[in-house]
Amino acid sequence: MNRLRNISLSLLAVAAFTSLAEAAEIAPGERRSGASFMSVETLAMQTDATANPGMLWVLDGEALWSRKPVAGRACADCHGDASSMRGVAVRYPAFDEKLNRPVDLEQRVNLCRVDHQQLPPLADESRDLLALTALIGRQSRGMPIETGTDSRLQTFIDKGRDAFMRRQGQLNLACTNCHDDNWDKRLAGSAITQAHPTGYPVYRLEWQGLGSLKRRLRNCMIGVRAQPYSADAPEMVELELYLMSRARGMPSETPAVRP
Amino acid sequence: MVSRRLALTLLSGSVATLLLTALVQAEELVPYAVVGDTIPLPLSGAVGDASAGRAIVVNRAYTCLLCHSGPFAEQRFQGDLAPSLAGIGSRWSEGQLRLRLVDASRLNAATIMPSYYRVDGLQRVGDAWLGKPILSAQQIDDVVAYLTTLRNPS
Ligand code: HEC
Ligand code: HEC
Repeated sequence: MNRLRNISLSLLAVAAFTSLAEAAEIAPGERRSGASFMSVETLAMQTDATANPGMLWVLDGEALWSRKPVAGRACADCHGDASSMRGVAVRYPAFDEKLNRPVDLEQRVNLCRVDHQQLPPLADESRDLLALTALIGRQSRGMPIETGTDSRLQTFIDKGRDAFMRRQGQLNLACTNCHDDNWDKRLAGSAITQAHPTGYPVYRLEWQGLGSLKRRLRNCMIGVRAQPYSADAPEMVELELYLMSRARGMPSETPAVRP
Repeated sequence: MVSRRLALTLLSGSVATLLLTALVQAEELVPYAVVGDTIPLPLSGAVGDASAGRAIVVNRAYTCLLCHSGPFAEQRFQGDLAPSLAGIGSRWSEGQLRLRLVDASRLNAATIMPSYYRVDGLQRVGDAWLGKPILSAQQIDDVVAYLTTLRNPS
């Protein structure tokens, strides 16, 4: 009896190892946006610009884009119309020459404020920062995500990938445990999805507001009872970078709607 | 496990704060004996309370129903990442259930089932949960007592 149990335990261990080895990343042909897991009503809300609540932030962003600071220039004074931002958001996070590391779109906006507008940086998750990133993101709606093609980003992408694969928190779960291995399942009532950040900032029904990818990632980290990364932590940008490069080729949906 | 860590800390003569952490952990986690694939004895010294155990299992804050479903008709949202808990008391003995709850990773290193009574070997645990097991010894025994009542209708 005991022998038998030992044998079956070692079989279990073998099975465990194989399943570890097989826990592969999602093949390109099998990738699905979070939108494809949503109800028809929520999807319709995302697609119809007049029903998409995220468009309110885009409109706010338009106003901010051309608002002149007391001293100095507006975004529009350097960049022209917001449509000049077409194709930008789908390349972020991108390598910054001066800082010699990747920066995400929020950080890019704040670099412009500090360096070119002599304004203080906007706070993480503030209405204005969300409005500007929603406006810039909106210009690339429908375009394929391109993040990560720059070879200088590779080491940072690898670090983000390591973080995605690493178990953490009191529940001892890695992102990959849910988003690679169980994306076709439900966590209590919620579809798990493949964690492709195709539509950020997103309007999330649960938040009743717009939120950045960082806010989403903090939610998942707190969900496994881990200490979330702070907004400007290099680890946060690396994780965003890995996720965006993992979604390369998928069309941008910004501003998306999520349950 | 915990007492081994305590001994190591003592041996290496580490700073007082480390020692203190180890002592706190040693106080929090009661030692238990694993026999085969079981923990035969209750952690808290007495068999748990099944109705308290049910309340824990269906409470989202204790996370079971995020992954498992079971015979809880009143619960709208149940997960499907894990086997159903229906009939679980017919499949496993009390001692087997206790080990699976305390530290399922001992039986399957790749499992996603969290270890409900373990504080070591974890990374980046949030401040609010640091050094604490997910369930207390008493709660483990209560949940085990409840799970043993989930029998297949014969
Ligand atoms: C225990 C399961 C679980 C783990 C572990 C987990 N997530 Fe999630 N994640 C979810 C669920 C469920 C959702 C869907 C949203 C919801 O309802 O909460 C989600 C949503 C997301 C989304 C949004 C996708 C979209 O379509 O907008 C991203 C991105 C994401 N997770 C990334 C991560 C990262 C990165 C980690 C690790 C730091 C992680 N998740 C860990 C369950 C998990
Ligand atoms: C993050 C997912 C997750 C959570 C949360 C979770 N489990 Fe599990 N559980 C599993 C999986 C997956 C298995 C399958 C065994 C394995 O993977 O080794 C399992 C196995 C079990 C088993 C053995 C079942 C069998 O048929 O072998 C029991 C009993 C059990 N869980 C009870 C619980 C209880 C009670 C809770 C909450 C206190 C809980 N689980 C929370 C994922 C989970």
